Amino acid sequence: MTATARKIAMLPQTVEDPRGESVVAFTPRAKPSARPLLQRLSSIGEKVLPPLIMTAVLLIIWQLAFGAAGSTLPSPLQVWTEANDLIVNPFFDFGSQDIGLGWRVLTSLQRVAIGFGFAAIVGILMGALVGQSVWAMRGLDPIFQVLRTIPPLAWLPISLAAFRDSNPSAIFVIFITSVWPVLINTAAGVRNIPQDYRNVAAVLRLNPIEYFFRIMVPAAAPYIFTGLRIGIGLSWLAIVAAEMLTGGVGIGFFIWDAWNSSRLSDIIVALFYIGFTGFALDRLVAVLGQFVTRGTAAS
Amino acid sequence: MSNYLKVDHVSKSFTRGNVVTEVLKDISLGIDKGEFVSIIGHSGCGKSTLLNLIAGLTQVSDGGVLLENREVDEPGPERAMVFQNHSLLPWLTVYENVKLAVDKVFRSSRSRAERHDWIMQNLALVQMQHAKDKRPAEISGGMKQRVGLARALAMEPKILLLDEPFGALDALTRAHLQDSVMDIHARLGNTMVMITHDVDEAVLLSDRVVMMTNGPAAKIGEILEVNLARPRRRLELVADRSYVQYRESVLKFLYERHRFVEAA
Repeated sequence: MTATARKIAMLPQTVEDPRGESVVAFTPRAKPSARPLLQRLSSIGEKVLPPLIMTAVLLIIWQLAFGAAGSTLPSPLQVWTEANDLIVNPFFDFGSQDIGLGWRVLTSLQRVAIGFGFAAIVGILMGALVGQSVWAMRGLDPIFQVLRTIPPLAWLPISLAAFRDSNPSAIFVIFITSVWPVLINTAAGVRNIPQDYRNVAAVLRLNPIEYFFRIMVPAAAPYIFTGLRIGIGLSWLAIVAAEMLTGGVGIGFFIWDAWNSSRLSDIIVALFYIGFTGFALDRLVAVLGQFVTRGTAAS
Repeated sequence: MSNYLKVDHVSKSFTRGNVVTEVLKDISLGIDKGEFVSIIGHSGCGKSTLLNLIAGLTQVSDGGVLLENREVDEPGPERAMVFQNHSLLPWLTVYENVKLAVDKVFRSSRSRAERHDWIMQNLALVQMQHAKDKRPAEISGGMKQRVGLARALAMEPKILLLDEPFGALDALTRAHLQDSVMDIHARLGNTMVMITHDVDEAVLLSDRVVMMTNGPAAKIGEILEVNLARPRRRLELVADRSYVQYRESVLKFLYERHRFVEAA
C-alpha cells in the first residue's frame, strides 16, 4: 500500500462520507438551557393552555345545561359539593365499603395487572408461534379472529361457572379480552421480520431460545407494543364492566353501588377517575414502548 | 480434485405451484484456500442463489457443495456472509452486533476478556472502533458495511461470502471499501467469494472471475484467471495493459456474447 492509500484507508470517518451524515453526529446541539426562559414558558403554555381552556368551556356548558333545579343529572358545582370527599381525598379509609376512590382504582388495577400480565405473556408466546409457523397460522388464525370479536362480558358467566369465585372470573375476563390484540400483533410482527435478520440468525446458528430473545422480540417489538397498548385499553374497559357484575371492592362495583343508592355525583367523579387512569395506563405502555423500541424503528 | 471449496454439479430449481423454474444448471467450481473469486453476471442470472447455496441458506436441488470435503447443507459461521444491505441488527450497537457473533462462535473456547479484545481487534481491522457505541442508524452506509464485514471476519470463517457488498454504496465509498477488503485479504489470507455486477471491482479484487450466462438455467460461461501482481493499486492499474485486457474480456462476455435481453 502506498502512503497515500494507507492514509485514505485510515481516515474513513472523515473522507468517506461526502453527505455529511457523520458530521451531524459530532456537532453538539445547542443546550436547552441556553434558550431564554420566556420562550420556554411560552412553549409550555402553547401545550397546556388549549386543553385547559377547552375544559373550562365544556364545564360551563355542562353547568348551563344541568344547572337548573329539577334537571336529571347533577351539574359540575353540584358534583363538587356532593362528592367533595371523593374528589379531594382519594385515599381515605373509613371501613369496609367506605373508602376513597384511589383505593378502589388500585384494587381494579391489581386485577388488571394480573389479567393483563398473563395476557401479555401468553399473547407474545402464542403470537411468536403463530407468526413463525405457517401451519399454526392457518389453523389458529380463523379461530382467533372469531374469538376476539366476543364481547368481554359474554365470557363472564362461563368463567363464573368455571372458577366459582368472582375475583378469578374478573381476572379471566381481562385476560381473554386483552390477549387477542397482543397475540395478533405479535404474530404480524414476527411474520414481518426481515429475511436478512433470519439469515443472520441462520449463519450464527442461533438456537430457538436465542433467536426468540435476540432477534424475534426486538424485531417485533414495535408490533408487540402496539398490541400491548390496545390490550391494556381493552382490559381497562373490561374490568369496569366485569366489576359491575361481580361486586366486591373496585371502581366498577362502586359505580353500580352508587347507582343503586342514587348517588349520581359519585358516579360522575368515578368516571373521571376511570378516564384518567385509562389515559395514564395508555401513556405508560406508549412511553415504555418508545423506550424499548428506540433502536428498532430506524435501520 | 481436492479443492478447499467444491461446488459439484449443482443445480437449483424453484417450484411454485406446478411451475418449476430452473435457476442454476450443472454448476461446477473449485476454489482453493486463500483464493479470491468473484462471480459476475447480469441481474437475475442466479449468482445470489449460488452464493446462498454455498452459505447453506438455500438447499441444492441436485449435486452438492463441499467445504474441506464435508457436505454443506445448512448455514454456519464457518461460511460467514456479508450481506448486500449490511443486515446489522438496528437495536444493537456496532460493538454489540459484532459481540453477538463472537459470543456465539467463541463462547466456550475464549474468555470474556479475550472475546472483548477480539471484537475490538476486528473493529480496528475495518477502522470502526471509534463508532463502537453507535447504533447502525447513526452511521453511514459505508460504515455499516464495514461493521458487517467485521462481524463476518470475527467469526473466523473458513470462507467469507460477500453478496454484492458494495452495491448500495456511492463510488468513492466503494473504492475505499474495496481497498480495505484487498488489504484484509492480503493480511489474513481468507478465502473469499464475492458476488458483483461491477466489472472493475471483479478484476481489481479477484484471482479468478467466474462469468455466468443469463438465466433461466444459468451456467458458468467462462472463468477468467486474473494474473495481476498483488498488492494491486487502482491508480496504477488504470493504465496497465493486461488489466485493460482482462476488463475488456469480461465486458465482451457480458455485453457481446451474453447480452441481457429481457427487461430486468
